[in-house]
Amino acid sequence: MSAIEVADLRKTYAGGVEALRGLSFAVRAGEVFALLGPNGAGKSTTVRILATLSAPTAGRARVAGFDVVEKPREVRRRIGYVAQASGVDVTATGRENLTLQGQLFRLSGAGLRGRVEELLHLFQLEAAADRPALTYSGGMRRRLDVAMGLIHRPEVLFLDEPTTGLDPESRSVMWKEVRRLAEGGLTLLLTTHYLEEADQLAQRLAIVDGGRIVAEGTPDDLKGRLRGDVISVELADRGRTAEAEAVLRGQEEVAGVMVDGTRLYAQVGHGARAVPSLLAVLEKAGLDVAQVSLSRPSLDDVYLTATGHAYRGEGEPASRPPTR
Amino acid sequence: MEFLRDTWHLFLRLIRVTMRMPVFVIISIVQPVLWVLLFGQLFKSVTTIPGFGASSYVQFLAPGISIMTALFGAAYSGMGLLADIDRGVLDRLLATPVSRGALIAGRILHASVQVVVQAAIILLVAFLLGARSHGGLTGVLAVFLAASLLAAAFAGFSNAVALIARRQELVIAAMNFVVLPSTFLSSMIMSRNLMPGWIRGVSRFNPVNWAVTAARDGFEGRAPSEMILYLSLLAGFALICGFLATRSFGRYRKAM
Repeated sequence: MSAIEVADLRKTYAGGVEALRGLSFAVRAGEVFALLGPNGAGKSTTVRILATLSAPTAGRARVAGFDVVEKPREVRRRIGYVAQASGVDVTATGRENLTLQGQLFRLSGAGLRGRVEELLHLFQLEAAADRPALTYSGGMRRRLDVAMGLIHRPEVLFLDEPTTGLDPESRSVMWKEVRRLAEGGLTLLLTTHYLEEADQLAQRLAIVDGGRIVAEGTPDDLKGRLRGDVISVELADRGRTAEAEAVLRGQEEVAGVMVDGTRLYAQVGHGARAVPSLLAVLEKAGLDVAQVSLSRPSLDDVYLTATGHAYRGEGEPASRPPTR
Repeated sequence: MEFLRDTWHLFLRLIRVTMRMPVFVIISIVQPVLWVLLFGQLFKSVTTIPGFGASSYVQFLAPGISIMTALFGAAYSGMGLLADIDRGVLDRLLATPVSRGALIAGRILHASVQVVVQAAIILLVAFLLGARSHGGLTGVLAVFLAASLLAAAFAGFSNAVALIARRQELVIAAMNFVVLPSTFLSSMIMSRNLMPGWIRGVSRFNPVNWAVTAARDGFEGRAPSEMILYLSLLAGFALICGFLATRSFGRYRKAM
């Protein structure tokens, strides 16, 4: 059964900004699914609609079996929503934040107290439980955020950019939490603009670009669609890359070549077989090779092929070659 | 039922926020006391103006300052809502099954309760300075009721402005625009008998004046008919403002 079904979802904001232009995907119950894309792609808008915070302009979405527009109350009872901007009340303590969240889900008494303790323990917030959240580190606040989303044992948890702005250590803690939640059978929809994060955490993912889904599948599937490997070559003589490019392009097994400074990237069907012959033709042409390496396609490459432009983090220009 | 429970929980959250700011608590206690002392001294001699109609200015002032404090306290209630919006707290609350109305009602209740505490302190200080409730306990309750109804109304209005304007600066500007004129177009610090005719005319339609008059009638133990009329008008006004806030909140959610 699908825990989340999204069909041709569209959202146009007042002022005419088209955030979603017909987005469709489905998430199976118990699955970790990632929406991957740069800022402004429509990931947060999608999650906000699924969490009943925003109404779609057109299209349908069902979460935990209920339509988000027709049965928002049923949806809200079954979901946890962890927004990109923390929803923690910083003036309240961790325990108070959790308790209020539980009360609004109509939990009470010993059951609620026990659940609060359990979550404080699970997310290593016991020592800080009675301090105002204002004093928490970014990682602690994020953990509290996730704990709050889990207070009522939801069927579906939305994590909108769970690790944005976290230091590497807090990020790896968060990854561990996500993996543990996934083992518990929870359906998880996470958004991220980190390729690596989607690759590491998601069983399946969809690449969102310009309000549409441009590719969908398991990370391996998506990489597999880019048949073959990438051979990267660095010449000893930096002045002769153009010459080398022409030589490589002339080879039958080379599907494409990209040049980045003194490095050349050749896309080939079977890397291990192609390396010796390519080195041989370069040597025959009198081009000394300083370094050569072979890599499997990464999600960066998937992103490039799917969207036609290289993956950009915040504010970086799209000048990166398809492989590193 | 769920509406009431949710309102209660959200009200308690706001109380906790307030209590966690000791400086804020101290200021909101000291400020009205200062008003009583300051105005009490400054305008002491106005009681000697023929026709003022009160022998002690503190006696005259106590209900008025209670209402003034209610007005000033509640007028900026919308700021807290904007802070919740900015910090993502409101979104988080909206993603739960919480009753939508309770999110506004909790704020209005918070404003009304807060001003009753302040009014109690003002009346206590006024008592120490010689003021007496000639209406007895009923008189004191009338002051509390008038203060909390006015606070509820202005909290609703303030939240509505906040939800429409979505900017703290605009809330401050809009409320300042309303608060001071409505103070001076009432008998809060000046006897009705000494007002120019046109102000007296305008003040009849001023909810702040309704609150001041009802509070003072109660405190002075006057015949209750005028007091009951004004308290009813105030309750109606509070309902309209609450409705306005709820509607603005619905509009805000739709626009998301």
